[in-house]
Amino acid sequence: MSLTNTDIERIANLARLELAPDEQARMLSKINDFFGIVEQIRTIDTTGVVPTAHPIDAMPGALMELRLRPDLASETNGTVQRDLNQRSAPAVERGLFLVPKVIE
Amino acid sequence: MGDLHNLSVKALSALLQSKEVSAVEVATRFLARMGGNPHRAFLDIDSEATLTQARASDAKLANGTAGPLEGVPIAHKDVFVTRDFATTAGSKILSGYRSPFDATVVDRLRNAGMVTLGKLNCDEFAMGSSNENSAYGAVSNPWDTTRIPGGSSGGSAAAVAARLSPAATGTDTGGSIRQPASFCGITGIKPTYGRASRYGMIAYASSLDQAGPMARSAEDCALLLSAMCGPDLDRDSTSLDVPIENFSAKLGDSLKGLRIGIPKEFFSEGLAADVRKAIDAALKTLEAQGAKLVPITLPRTELAIPVYYIIAPAEASSNLSRFDGVKFGHRTKDYTDLVSMYKKSRAEGFGEEVKRRIMTGAYVLSHGYYDAYYLQAQKIRRMIADDFQHAFDDCDVIAGPVAPTVAWKLGNNASDPLADYLADIFTLPASLAGLPCMSVPVGMGESNMPVGMQLIGNYFQEAKLLNVAHQFQLNTDFHNAKLEGAQ
Repeated sequence: MSLTNTDIERIANLARLELAPDEQARMLSKINDFFGIVEQIRTIDTTGVVPTAHPIDAMPGALMELRLRPDLASETNGTVQRDLNQRSAPAVERGLFLVPKVIE
Repeated sequence: MGDLHNLSVKALSALLQSKEVSAVEVATRFLARMGGNPHRAFLDIDSEATLTQARASDAKLANGTAGPLEGVPIAHKDVFVTRDFATTAGSKILSGYRSPFDATVVDRLRNAGMVTLGKLNCDEFAMGSSNENSAYGAVSNPWDTTRIPGGSSGGSAAAVAARLSPAATGTDTGGSIRQPASFCGITGIKPTYGRASRYGMIAYASSLDQAGPMARSAEDCALLLSAMCGPDLDRDSTSLDVPIENFSAKLGDSLKGLRIGIPKEFFSEGLAADVRKAIDAALKTLEAQGAKLVPITLPRTELAIPVYYIIAPAEASSNLSRFDGVKFGHRTKDYTDLVSMYKKSRAEGFGEEVKRRIMTGAYVLSHGYYDAYYLQAQKIRRMIADDFQHAFDDCDVIAGPVAPTVAWKLGNNASDPLADYLADIFTLPASLAGLPCMSVPVGMGESNMPVGMQLIGNYFQEAKLLNVAHQFQLNTDFHNAKLEGAQ
């Protein structure tokens, strides 16, 4: 199987990446190189094998069940924490993250 | 104390606890060695932040509230977020980022008393095997500065090898602790998946990422691992509820009767002759210490490469969607609407390898390809994990090479990322299974470059691995090999 330029454009859009034309050409060739070693997995008989999304599934005695913590705010220092959280944000005003207009 | 920087974590700790040296003295010595940033190992150094921590450690040592590793310096791979130092994950997209909190691993080591020397260079978002994917320039290997240190924890390995720090943290997704440890002649261990908290560790592939220590010896790694690991149930949903272990207390077992599995697939034609020679000699040493070598098979070793390079990018494409130029990180100056802001910010902020993995991941998860690639890879992942369980019926630990060759020249694989992927063949299987594994220096290969032996244990058998490594190191001196110019 070989990907085409159209595939690369489609995936770049899904991945929200703008690729320059030369970058796109390089991407196409490298990803196709990579799929050259991937194709072998399609020939493996995996009938009846349960997919492992997580290594803990494979540990004997399955140690993990999905855990949820109580739905409580763990940071209780209010605006101090908010300022810390926002100090690396590109654009902030009065505690709000600024983004371009979303709804016309 | 002329040779403080040559001392182990254990020796430094003893001197600090007996107040023969102060934490400030120790930190000052290492900060001096870090001046000029040798090997480009560090991404952030802030001597005032380090000395503030050292002074706090001295106060604790004075008033009797010192932690077990009080005042011993450590440096952190830049994928651990830190309050006192900048965090970039080796990426331009996080240039200048300041975290509002410390990663749990950083927190735990600080609570044990360790003083942070700075943040260590690494491949961007830990994606790479050579450290050449760092947006801030590649780290060089202290054994030969024209060669790579390995990756992705390349700065960590170089810093320990060059005696810029007695210890470092690393993270291992597909070999990122073991391979650089091997290439730089130091000792490093990746614990069982879920032992160390991932809270505050910038995610690459969440089902694979695991933190671990890198230091000169197994004895030091045992001290560090005991301090790093432990349940973090409220902050990391994949943290396992297994009790904290004192790995240092379990280093005294004889190797008599220990069954070491030798997977034939790890000694195939891809293995360079010099590496093979060093590993064979190490296995002979272990045999002489009473261990028994048992031939085993891990038949799906080669499949680990495509399986890993499907699963890890799939998870990365999802994890890295958070870098969108809104809440933190780089935002482009030039955009027309929200989507163009996302696309341009990400295009400007991410390096080429990161983009490639995001693209690969998005593709294998996309409609029409999910079953053929992603789901199929997850099924083979299960088969690989099962292969290990069969192998452990016949042996207690598994041994083999970490990498097929010694460290290669900088720039060697620059136009061929696939060559880097293929070189991960021996480290990927244990990562996919989530097993504990480590690298132990066992000699020198071609051009006097270090060779590491990989040890793989069953789940939660870190103590067994560390004991094997320690017993080996009691009888050999490879872990103490000193670099010229590192005096």
